[in-house]
Amino acid sequence: MKKNNRVILDIQHLSVSIHGQPILKDISMQVLENKVTAIMGPSGCGKSTMIRCINRMDLLTEGMLRRGLVTLDGRSIDEIDPILLRRQVGMVFQRPNPFPTMSIFENVLAAYLLNGIKLSVSEKEEIVQECLESVGLWDEVKDNLKRKGTFLSGGQQQRLCIARSLACKPKVLLLDEPTSALDPKATARNEQLIKKLKNTVTILLVTHNISQAARVSDRTAFLYLGELVEYDKTSIMFTSPKDPRTDQYLTGKFG
Amino acid sequence: MKAGSEVSVRKAFDLCFVGLVYLFSSLIFLPLIAIFVYMVMKGLPALSFDLLTHLPRPVGSEYSGISNAIVGSLILIAIASLIAVPLGILIGIHLYEYKQARMTDILRLCMDVLQGVPSIIVGIVVYVWVVLPLNSFSALSGGIALALMMLPVIARSTEETMNLILPTYKEAALALGVPYYTAVFKVVLRSAGSGVLTGIVLSVARIAGETAPLLFTAFGNQFMSYNVFKPILALPLLIFNYATSPYEEWQAIAWGAALLLILFIFMLSIGVKLLSYEKK
Repeated sequence: MKKNNRVILDIQHLSVSIHGQPILKDISMQVLENKVTAIMGPSGCGKSTMIRCINRMDLLTEGMLRRGLVTLDGRSIDEIDPILLRRQVGMVFQRPNPFPTMSIFENVLAAYLLNGIKLSVSEKEEIVQECLESVGLWDEVKDNLKRKGTFLSGGQQQRLCIARSLACKPKVLLLDEPTSALDPKATARNEQLIKKLKNTVTILLVTHNISQAARVSDRTAFLYLGELVEYDKTSIMFTSPKDPRTDQYLTGKFG
Repeated sequence: MKAGSEVSVRKAFDLCFVGLVYLFSSLIFLPLIAIFVYMVMKGLPALSFDLLTHLPRPVGSEYSGISNAIVGSLILIAIASLIAVPLGILIGIHLYEYKQARMTDILRLCMDVLQGVPSIIVGIVVYVWVVLPLNSFSALSGGIALALMMLPVIARSTEETMNLILPTYKEAALALGVPYYTAVFKVVLRSAGSGVLTGIVLSVARIAGETAPLLFTAFGNQFMSYNVFKPILALPLLIFNYATSPYEEWQAIAWGAALLLILFIFMLSIGVKLLSYEKK
């Protein structure tokens, strides 16, 4: 495993409001390359809003206003075309959503197919195999690549969605509560996957599950009512939190 | 004892209610079956290979047919579909995509009103718009009149099926760096494909039997015509002219044409059912 502490994503004074209602208040944090960074907090604290800012999906929400500076590899995300930015910053959603009209094979290649990027047959097969292997799905589906992705189980579908994001070779992968719609066994399987994937991609994981943050992340941010209460190494945060609110949240006093 | 009798009264009431529901829902079938049986009885003797392949001839001559009406109807449906399908789908996408916009409310109201405009009025308006400037009745004007009737059906069914597609698919496409219009067309519209197709087929079934808008536009033609700028015959027009004629022979042909039209619409409806089964 690479032992670097390079900052890949730098968030400075990020504030977001929707129709004048503040959602995130002056958040500053740095995300390190090839680490899993968990963002935890009770429902409605702005976790999802925060990661949707990073790949500029906030553009889709009407009345949303973002201030502050977010830089990816030293470049402000507002200078990058959202279409190109989203190829560098992949996103996986809460509910598995493989495209219903596409086969497993086509789902992995969706970014290429939908963008009209031409690939030779051997390139396609190579990308599909590589991406499905990296999410541990290859052995399970290699004989059924022509079947629809929606035939898979929930956990498998979610891994297919991760493979679909990886096909663009993103620098950062945003996971928005990727296991909250899955059963415990699939959750455990996908958590293992997240730990493995950090060798190739930086992961930002949104979760409302405290123990999941403890299990998979290197660093944890605790968000409460739109404020960044605490951000530290997971091992430190879970043993000796500095802010009393973090302590109360971790011990289940609220949230 | 008292409680027991109350329950049995309720049970009897329940039974009566269920009985009535079954009775009235089976009554729905009656008119349809009556129409169909009558059509087959009257139309089947007239229906023959000659009827489908020959042109109309004067009363008394053999081998009179309706081939020009069949071709005419198909040409009119093709013109109407060429205009209404792309436009209707685009309007449907607009209704789906810009729910908040004021324009959308106006557009939706327009579609609802257009759907309610009597077909004869559509015919008169297209007469003024197209027939008078071109100085001739034409297949083109008939197609435009029918397209106006198809438009609201396609637009609303496109919107409604797209509403059923989870927004998360569009988000997933956008998150992959897919441009907005590609996400809408290749992901949302393709996922809604069979529903949109159902709307199109239903709208074709609806206009196939329209007579009123064609009276002032397509007008009718004795001969075979493939020219879109010339008058053209359609099945409903032929039925209207022949059924009101004094000749028994022509009346028989009208029954045959009517049966053909009903069968066409019947097949389209079955096609729609098959499409929606496939969707599930």
